[in-house]
Amino acid sequence: MPGLGTSFGRGGATTSLQDLQNADCILIEGSNMAEAHPVGFQWVMEAKRRGATIIHVDPRFTRTSAVSDLHVPIRAGSDIAFLGGLVNHVLSNDLDFREYVVAYTNAANLIDEDYRGPDDLDGLFSGFDPETGLYDPISWRYDPPEDMNAEERERDREQREDKDSAATGEDAKRSHQAARSESHGSGGAPVSWKGARDETLQHPRCVFQILKRHFARYTPEMVQQACGISPEQLRQVADALTANSGRERTTALAYAVGWTHHTTGAQTIRTASILQLLLGNIGRPGGGILALRGHASIQGSTDIPTLFNILPGYLPMPLADHHQSVDEWVRADEGKAGFWGEIRSYAVSLLKSYWGDAATAENDFCFDYLPRLTGDHSTYTTVKAQIEGRCKGYFLVGENPAVGSANGKMQRLGMANLDWLVVRDLQMIESATFWKDGPEIETGELVTEEIGTEIFFLPAANHVEKSGSFTQTQRLLQWRDQAVPPPDDCQSELEFYVDLGNRIRAKLAGSTDEMDRPLLDLAWDYPVDEHGEPDPEAVLREINGTGPDGAPLSSYTELKADGSTSCGCWIYCGVYADGVNQSRRRTPHWEQDQVAAEWGWAWPANRRILYNRASAAPDGTPWSERKRLVWWDPDEGRWTGSDVPDFIIDRAPDHVPEPGAKGPDAIGGQDPFVMQTDGKGWLFSPVGVADGPLPAHYEPPESPVRNPVYAQQNNPGRKHLSTPSNPMNPSFSEVFPYVFTTYRLTEHHTAGAMSRTLPYLTELQPEPFCEVSPRLAAERGLEHGEWVTIVTARSAIEARVLVTERLRSLRLGQQWVEQVGLPYHWGRNGITTGDSPNDLVNVTMDPNVSIQDKVGTCDIRPGRRPRGAALTAYVEDYRRRAGVGPEHLDGHPTAHPDDGGTQA
Amino acid sequence: MVPEPTFESYYGRPILKEPTWKTPDVPIYLWIGGVAGGSALLAEGAALSGLPGLERVTRLTAAGGAVVGTVALVHDLGRPERFLNMLRVFKPTSPLSVGSYILAPFSSFAGAAAASHVTGVAPRLGRLAGLGAAVFGPPLATYTAALFANTAIPVWHEAHRELPFVFGGSAAAAAGGTAMLLAPVAETGPAVRMAAVGAVAELGVSHRMEQRLGMLAEPYGKGLAGRLMRLSRALTVAGLGLSAVSAGASGRGRPWARRLAGASYSAGSLALRFAVFEAGRESARDPKYVVVPQRERIRAREEAARSAASETGSGTLSG
Amino acid sequence: MSRLSEFLSPESLWGRLDDVSGDAGHEDHPPRMGFFTDTSVCIGCKACEVACKEWNEVPDDGYQLTGMSYDNTQQLGASTWRHVAFVEKTLPSRAKPAPEVTDLGMPGSGPPGREVTLPHGEDQATESGDSGLRWLMSSDVCKHCTHAACLDVCPTGSLFRTEFGTVVVQEDICNGCGYCVPACPYGVIDQRKPDGRAFKCTLCYDRLKEGQTPACAQACPTESIQYGEVDELRVRAAARVEELHAKGVDVARLYGADPDDGVGGDGAFFLLLDEPEVYGLPPDPIVTTRDLGAMWRHVGAAAVALAGVGAASFLGRPFAGRWGR
Ligand SMILES: Nc1nc2c(c(=O)[nH]1)N[C@H]1C(S)=C(S)[C@@H](COP(=O)(O)OP(=O)(O)OC[C@H]3O[C@@H](n4cnc5c(=O)[nH]c(N)nc54)[C@H](O)[C@@H]3O)O[C@H]1N2
Ligand SMILES: Nc1nc2c(c(=O)[nH]1)N[C@H]1C(S)=C(S)[C@@H](COP(=O)(O)OP(=O)(O)OC[C@H]3O[C@@H](n4cnc5c(=O)[nH]c(N)nc54)[C@H](O)[C@@H]3O)O[C@H]1N2
Ligand code: SF4
Ligand code: SF4
Ligand code: SF4
Ligand code: SF4
Ligand code: SF4
Ligand SMILES: [Mo]
Repeated sequence: MPGLGTSFGRGGATTSLQDLQNADCILIEGSNMAEAHPVGFQWVMEAKRRGATIIHVDPRFTRTSAVSDLHVPIRAGSDIAFLGGLVNHVLSNDLDFREYVVAYTNAANLIDEDYRGPDDLDGLFSGFDPETGLYDPISWRYDPPEDMNAEERERDREQREDKDSAATGEDAKRSHQAARSESHGSGGAPVSWKGARDETLQHPRCVFQILKRHFARYTPEMVQQACGISPEQLRQVADALTANSGRERTTALAYAVGWTHHTTGAQTIRTASILQLLLGNIGRPGGGILALRGHASIQGSTDIPTLFNILPGYLPMPLADHHQSVDEWVRADEGKAGFWGEIRSYAVSLLKSYWGDAATAENDFCFDYLPRLTGDHSTYTTVKAQIEGRCKGYFLVGENPAVGSANGKMQRLGMANLDWLVVRDLQMIESATFWKDGPEIETGELVTEEIGTEIFFLPAANHVEKSGSFTQTQRLLQWRDQAVPPPDDCQSELEFYVDLGNRIRAKLAGSTDEMDRPLLDLAWDYPVDEHGEPDPEAVLREINGTGPDGAPLSSYTELKADGSTSCGCWIYCGVYADGVNQSRRRTPHWEQDQVAAEWGWAWPANRRILYNRASAAPDGTPWSERKRLVWWDPDEGRWTGSDVPDFIIDRAPDHVPEPGAKGPDAIGGQDPFVMQTDGKGWLFSPVGVADGPLPAHYEPPESPVRNPVYAQQNNPGRKHLSTPSNPMNPSFSEVFPYVFTTYRLTEHHTAGAMSRTLPYLTELQPEPFCEVSPRLAAERGLEHGEWVTIVTARSAIEARVLVTERLRSLRLGQQWVEQVGLPYHWGRNGITTGDSPNDLVNVTMDPNVSIQDKVGTCDIRPGRRPRGAALTAYVEDYRRRAGVGPEHLDGHPTAHPDDGGTQA
Repeated sequence: MVPEPTFESYYGRPILKEPTWKTPDVPIYLWIGGVAGGSALLAEGAALSGLPGLERVTRLTAAGGAVVGTVALVHDLGRPERFLNMLRVFKPTSPLSVGSYILAPFSSFAGAAAASHVTGVAPRLGRLAGLGAAVFGPPLATYTAALFANTAIPVWHEAHRELPFVFGGSAAAAAGGTAMLLAPVAETGPAVRMAAVGAVAELGVSHRMEQRLGMLAEPYGKGLAGRLMRLSRALTVAGLGLSAVSAGASGRGRPWARRLAGASYSAGSLALRFAVFEAGRESARDPKYVVVPQRERIRAREEAARSAASETGSGTLSG
Repeated sequence: MSRLSEFLSPESLWGRLDDVSGDAGHEDHPPRMGFFTDTSVCIGCKACEVACKEWNEVPDDGYQLTGMSYDNTQQLGASTWRHVAFVEKTLPSRAKPAPEVTDLGMPGSGPPGREVTLPHGEDQATESGDSGLRWLMSSDVCKHCTHAACLDVCPTGSLFRTEFGTVVVQEDICNGCGYCVPACPYGVIDQRKPDGRAFKCTLCYDRLKEGQTPACAQACPTESIQYGEVDELRVRAAARVEELHAKGVDVARLYGADPDDGVGGDGAFFLLLDEPEVYGLPPDPIVTTRDLGAMWRHVGAAAVALAGVGAASFLGRPFAGRWGR
């Protein structure tokens, strides 16, 4: 999550669910927290009980809205405009927490003279390359120090020359960027110097003034125009937030995929970060930004990633053309201020955990064995490669893209074009059966006999049938013990992969081919129990890391770059401290204080609230009694409090680092953001975000609305997947006049295999449905409870319709916008079956994280959809009427015909 | 559109559960209980006053009714052995339990009396049994009113004062009617009188009941229940009329009229049981019949409390 | 009446009753246990419904999209012992006649961006920012009445009062007579097809005996379902209502908490945000056995009358006085 990573230095939620109870106000936006995170939501209810104001900003009135004090309906995809309106309100009324802002953020930093913002460039930032759709961020950087030392001068030169040195080709550049932005999960983007500052915040080029100018456009009227939110409502939210921020009070923000699933997802989170920094709400009890993450261990799956572009602990994946040695690999970050500056220790320890004794200083710790990135290998790009015949084999492990991923047809066409497909799952999911009963078989677009893919289905053990850890929303690792053994042939992931590794290594045994060395040299020696099951705690121990004596380490500060330590994921170092599985601690919350430090183990170092140094004023005393958490104890000469201080424990508040200090030594006593190379929270991101140093409102790629803020219609940096099965609805089309957005229901889980197959869940939401406002229903003649057909340029699906006041017709100035709500859980297998809403969704992505958009435009009509080949003809007719032509496939970032602005 | 809940209900859904008792089993059970119970009375009267034809018919009717009633009950339960569970305990709070302890002895007595009467075996014991049946007969005919009334079904519960008399009257009409239909015409005099009194009571008390029930009378008057109720009344009135016609001729000239009158009474009684059952179901289905009277009750209570309060209030003021 | 009722039942039939278990003959019993369901914090997650089914192995109740907001299980019944109601309610301020659609010029009915004149006050929200909507959620359950009609009318003793003061059906004794079904003033208990036996919430009798919390309460994430000693819960509930009133939530009210109400108070009672009937609850339930004495008196009188009619029908006939033939 680069939005948080570039703002604060770590990509995880800055706070914990439990800490929400301390909030005086909670703004939930971009998440339906009560429905998708019901257990965590208990803390919101607790806060409410204690008197907090709860606000929910969502296109729909949901179960979260129902228990909130205020629900504000918003047009899907317009959150930056709304949050921008709040930022503007704070800035133009001097409502920011000035002391906090000056001391702890980069508000005072001066920005390069060449920087230009979207006000000057019709919606673009300086550095945009219309050819590639990529930004060169050099003009966004901090002013170099006036008295540059030799090293800084060298960096300055490098940066200027590095400009275009990323390998040629858009793919490579993108991957370079993506690798950079996603690696800020724990370690902010590196800046070369702390830069010149004007603590009076008056300098016209200081971040604070740039911010003021940038957000001045986001007036209440503009917010109404973009979001359909009245000035009164905006004001209400603004008042609640500002009244509940400052020394005595704090406001927390919670979001999830209502923000991230957009082509502007990362920038939306950036806007929220700016707001929270201005209000002084980061690092303080009852404050923060709670990124509500999805699957049980989705945070874990970025910490120890299932992503193509990072390695455990957010180390960037080396690039094929750039990084020939550990030196080159870590150079950009090494030695920068803060803990990220110790990257070499983390990297070398990781290599040691992979290759053990084979990794030596002489062979650069087997750095050459690491695969390198050659381009963008994100999932949607891979699907395109399947369709184009470049990707031949595919493992689907706990994923059901035929239903769960955007543009289901594209997913299925891709899988139908493979040589082999391995599906490991609990259920016979649609992704394993599409070849015989998928929608394309029905329409005749695919013919079973002609699909050449050989599909292997391997039954997986589920979460109660194996032990292991989950890392959830708040970076908390919780150990789970096996309850029952897996039935039949079901295997745990661990057993499967250890076995797969063993078999491959057995086949390669004795090989003299250099190519096989990385596999043969792996430290692949997992102990097994009497049933042949590898011991998951041994894996946790390996992840935790060991010292020269083989004993578990207790903190990442013990990691060394000389190969004497080994660690599978540096941020998890300490989870096995003292040889004890710390994640298995289960002291109930009523037996400990509110921080509940003895339940599980949170990275980093079991801290529950990150950057908690900021809970104290610059001088180290708590901002207020009411909001004290961590403070400086002058007698003891150390930081203390109820949470583990997220700071160097004995660094005095008045400490000023030596000039030229590196790594942790360079952290000043008033630099709470210890993973940032300048120790500050970033209002302005001089590097690290692909699509601009500041957020700007752009319309979703499909929208009935002209961007009211800038002439530039869409995010110029967005990634569109250009392939015939991914056509786009033209914006402002009369044929596709309505907005749709997709989401979850409490009663079902994601692509549905884990809920549609269970009677007790199925009976609670037994059929696919959509939700519309009474007005839309009247306009299209839709009757409550009856069937309707929803259509986009990709496909048409049918569902029953709930006509409800919970969906509002939104007025944007003189235009009315109607939104169709679509829970996305359905597919063709299971007890309750139906068309999959993802067949409607297009693939256009955020440039930072390659995440698809959950919104688009559509038409909706009464009645069921046509069957068989008639469906194809029906959709084809829509495309013809909407004038969807080849240009709607191209999706070149700027050549998009609806991008009103770029020509201007 | 998600239907907007009206002020007084949840999507118009019932608040109460409809009785799950089966039709026709349960209405037939109610009716046959009345026929049998009344017949046991007639049988004893006939025996005492020497009307052998009437006695024979009514004894057989009482016994047959007991058998049919038991069968209907067991069928409603689903499995015969389940009837035994009824006799695990005796619970005066459960009319069904009480009823079981009425039905069981009644059946035995009526059966024994009939058997003895038909076979001539143990005539004294047979007469004693007949007496027993006559003792259990009236409660058998009327306890079913408590069976219905002791529920939350508004049109039953609120009618708990009238319903026993309606059912009692109806039983008299049905038993008398059945005897008029089956017994030798010359011996039906008592049956004619019993049926006529019963019919008048049935009509009169049920009318009164509806008047007192107010809006809760509605289910008795509309839909299937209303049609059955009207049919019942028509049949009962017809019974009275025909009976009068036949009575005028002392049963001599027009036996068909008497038999027809008897059939009419009995059918009227049967229709009444169906009507009451259906009205109960309807009042459970429509939440209105739960909410409106209960709201009214609350309002009245509050009003009473208010006036009480204002009285004491003025008292304190003056003091 | 009280003497009659003593005869009629070992348990008292009506009125305030402080020791339900003792009244039912339990000596040395634990305190009365029950639920306080605070619907003001219910988020409609239905975890209670699912947890109940999982623990008690209750079968599914069929798959039907009802259109009743998010409620697809519709009501309590033999196979749904916890039921979450969803009430979508437009507040009077917003509940105005549906706007004319034809002249609104919404997207699709005219060229995009077409100018529209707005009917006054037809904005998406009221000036106050209140969306004008209420979505009430409430998890309903058997009330474990102090005076439980279901139990009173059960002819087999299948329904009984436990030592915890709760009301439980014994599956092996129930004979499917169905009497409890129409007797319950809340429409809770029902027969399950095909075998016709009656089922309802047991207040997790098996768990209570082990000192555990009932499954539904255990699963509830927001403590909307609070399990505990009824006396203590009543105090807590009263405090909660006061707290809400102090916050201006004057629609908050307790339901079933009053030991002087028509069923002598519920063992499972509720905090509601609207009238009970809005949630499908009877506004003023009274246990049917309150009138049991009157019923039996009338039944008796009617029986006597019937006997009288029978006797009178033979008036004037000679007394044969024969025993046997
Ligand atoms: N019961 C249940 N819980 C789940 C899951 C599940 O499938 N079922 N899935 C898990 C997973 S994988 C995830 S990622 C999380 C997701 O958790 P959430 O993000 O909370 O879930 P969603 O329902 O996808 O979306 C949240 C809300 O975003 C709103 N929304 C849509 N578009 C926009 C927009 O443009 N702006 C704003 N402000 N809001 C918008 C939707 O109306 C919806 O109410 O939930 C997790 N928890
Ligand atoms: N339109 C639209 N699309 C969306 C979203 C949206 O909001 N709108 N949300 C997106 C989000 S946030 C997500 S996370 C995805 C989810 O999309 P997917 O990940 O594709 O969907 P799931 O159903 O969660 O798939 C998980 C599968 O893992 C299996 N499984 C569970 N446990 C195990 C295990 O231990 N081992 C193995 N091998 N398998 C296991 C389950 O049976 C299930 O089939 O959907 C995305 N798609
Ligand atoms: S499913 Fe698990 S992660 Fe999701 S809310 Fe429930 S307990 Fe939390
Ligand atoms: S609510 Fe109904 S089922 Fe539950 S105890 Fe009371 S009368 Fe019995
Ligand atoms: S159905 Fe079962 S529990 Fe209900 S009253 Fe009859 S015997 Fe008792
Ligand atoms: S107490 Fe037990 S039986 Fe009753 S609803 Fe809760 S989980 Fe179900
Ligand atoms: S009562 Fe609790 S578990 Fe049940 S729906 Fe409400 S919040 Fe969820
Ligand atoms: Mo997710």
